[in-house]
Amino acid sequence: ANFRHVDEAFFDDLEDTLIESDVGYETAMQISEDLRDEVKLQNAKSKKEISSVIVEKLVDMYGEAGEGEDNSIHLAESGPTVILFVGVNGAGKTTTIGKMANMYKQQGKKVLLAACDTFRAGAIQQLQVWGQRDGVDVVAGAERSDPASVCFDAVKKAKAEDYDILFVDTAGRLQNKVNLMNELEKIKRVITREIPAAPQEVLLVLDATTGQNALNQAKLFKQSTAVTGIVLTKLDGTARGGIVLAIRNELHLAVKYVGLGEKVTDLRPFNANDFVYGLFKDVITG
Amino acid sequence: MAFEGLTERLQKAMTNLRRKGKVSESDLRQTMREIRLALLEADVNFTVVKDFVKTVRDRALGAKVLDGLNPAQQIVKIVDEELTKTMGETAVPLNKSAKIPTIIMMAGLQGAGKTTTVGKLALKLKNEQNARPLMIAADVYRPAAIQQLQQVGDQIDVPVFQLGTDVDPVEIVRQGLAEAEANHNDYVFIDTAGRLQIDEQLMDELANIKALAHPDEILLVIDAMTGQNAVNTAQGFDDKLDITGVVLTKLDGDTRGGAALSIRAVTGKPIKFIGQGEKMTDLDVFHPDRMSNRILGMGDMLTLIEKA
Ligand SMILES: Nc1nc2c(ncn2[C@@H]2O[C@H](COP(=O)(O)OP(=O)(O)OP(=O)(O)O)[C@@H](O)[C@H]2O)c(=O)[nH]1
Ligand SMILES: Nc1nc2c(ncn2[C@@H]2O[C@H](COP(=O)(O)OP(=O)(O)OP(=O)(O)O)[C@@H](O)[C@H]2O)c(=O)[nH]1
Ligand SMILES: [Mg+2]
Ligand SMILES: [Mg+2]
Repeated sequence: ANFRHVDEAFFDDLEDTLIESDVGYETAMQISEDLRDEVKLQNAKSKKEISSVIVEKLVDMYGEAGEGEDNSIHLAESGPTVILFVGVNGAGKTTTIGKMANMYKQQGKKVLLAACDTFRAGAIQQLQVWGQRDGVDVVAGAERSDPASVCFDAVKKAKAEDYDILFVDTAGRLQNKVNLMNELEKIKRVITREIPAAPQEVLLVLDATTGQNALNQAKLFKQSTAVTGIVLTKLDGTARGGIVLAIRNELHLAVKYVGLGEKVTDLRPFNANDFVYGLFKDVITG
Repeated sequence: MAFEGLTERLQKAMTNLRRKGKVSESDLRQTMREIRLALLEADVNFTVVKDFVKTVRDRALGAKVLDGLNPAQQIVKIVDEELTKTMGETAVPLNKSAKIPTIIMMAGLQGAGKTTTVGKLALKLKNEQNARPLMIAADVYRPAAIQQLQQVGDQIDVPVFQLGTDVDPVEIVRQGLAEAEANHNDYVFIDTAGRLQIDEQLMDELANIKALAHPDEILLVIDAMTGQNAVNTAQGFDDKLDITGVVLTKLDGDTRGGAALSIRAVTGKPIKFIGQGEKMTDLDVFHPDRMSNRILGMGDMLTLIEKA
């Protein structure tokens, strides 16, 4: 009898929460509509029942949009795997490489890093510090040298010396900078020319605090470098990263890993359940 | 691009209004819905949007019909006025101490653009006032943060004070200030490590640096692409540090930058500068009116007034 009461207030809160987590207005409304129907369908009455229906449904929705994709990292069957990192300035590319390189090194892989951000002050040294921490090799050129040629040297070395995985760090760039996006395409072409099946992964690094602009980022980076997945960083803060739901719906790009801090161990495989729960925990528990 | 859809929708709402002689409540509701949507898509925080829309609606309902303006024009005018008012009316210059050095401390989340902005500001002061700044490297956490600041210093020919990564940042600042005094530097910049506003230990560190240095200016650096969370960040840093101003970076991208409105609304602190690129010269004074235009596509809306 008091269902409608719970229902309306609850869904108002839910819409606000969704918007507040950056999923975007359209997505928020669409999700909330779908959920109303689902809650009615399942005849959920208490707030607790509604909550569990919602989490379940959302995980399903997230999964459906990515039907046929998987969020594992694809490795080459033989020869070096190349993983190219792209993204806007300061998103967390270099740090994520540092974390991921350590992860694979721990698994016994022979790992190489390529310092193809030759532009930003201190970028090469930053990657070199990570290389030392992880105990992996780094290929670097001079500051301001051509990033594609550093990449070429690194791929050559990876092939010649039987490295298992090469991580390519690139300079941050805003997606509307045509020249810089062309430079990125060139880096990618150099890789493919040397190893036709490479890069096996092109990971877009996305800062979880980003708002609606993340959709443009995903669109344009996908267009120029055929992004294969997302790493969502800085989820240890108060931002929820809801924009990845819209990205998933529109562009079918899946999150593969999340960053939860600045330490080498602060990297986790993406878990849709945990993520969705994180988006709504205030509505559910509050 | 997403913007076009947004402006078009607003235009449609305005055209509907324009056909009529006077605004009915339902017309107004429809228009305010579109404005609300546009603001949300521009990443203005949703509670800020709620307040803003209410203010505009109240004013529009109470407004007398002005000579020579039809209802559509009048609403656009009210929106524009309220946006500009929230955003701060005029550009606010950098604080300056009566006696040298003027101390400027940076704060913000990881990767926002603090170190880059230190370099840009130092260069600007050097070029415009012949200033002799010193930059203190107080980020001992991020790998190669000190080298980054040193390379920036080399590029703009400004000295950097550093004690490596094994000394406490508060102590680094103490010694850096002594160095600035000895060398008669007129400006001192303190580059701090990025941190989350919920990280109590690191926020305490900033409070301790503030207590020691008594900065004339504490600039919160925020990425213009930030979404709804901008209010939490701004509030968190302002509560702890009582910031004196904001720098909004990465506005050379295609973001609407609604975070600007959120930050202003929750802190009331002026946005002083905007970052417009990665080069050391890519820093501009903040203009509230231009920012309002950008957020709502008000430029387009105002040309609509002329057509209406
Ligand atoms: N709290 C938190 N900070 C992170 C995370 N990932 C990276 N950072 C921090 O974010 C800042 C920027 O990270 P970088 O790895 O340098 O980002 P980038 O994308 O390589 O930056 P550019 O090369 O300048 O474009 C650094 O201070 C990192 O320590 C994360 O998951 N959580
Ligand atoms: N396009 C663009 N990039 C910018 C701007 N300001 C800073 N950046 C870039 O953003 C990235 C991060 O800048 P930093 O100055 O290292 O940021 P930070 O806040 O010092 O980062 P942490 O010390 O890791 O917290 C770098 O790639 C900068 O080149 C800007 O206005 N426009
Ligand atoms: Mg980097
Ligand atoms: Mg820095």
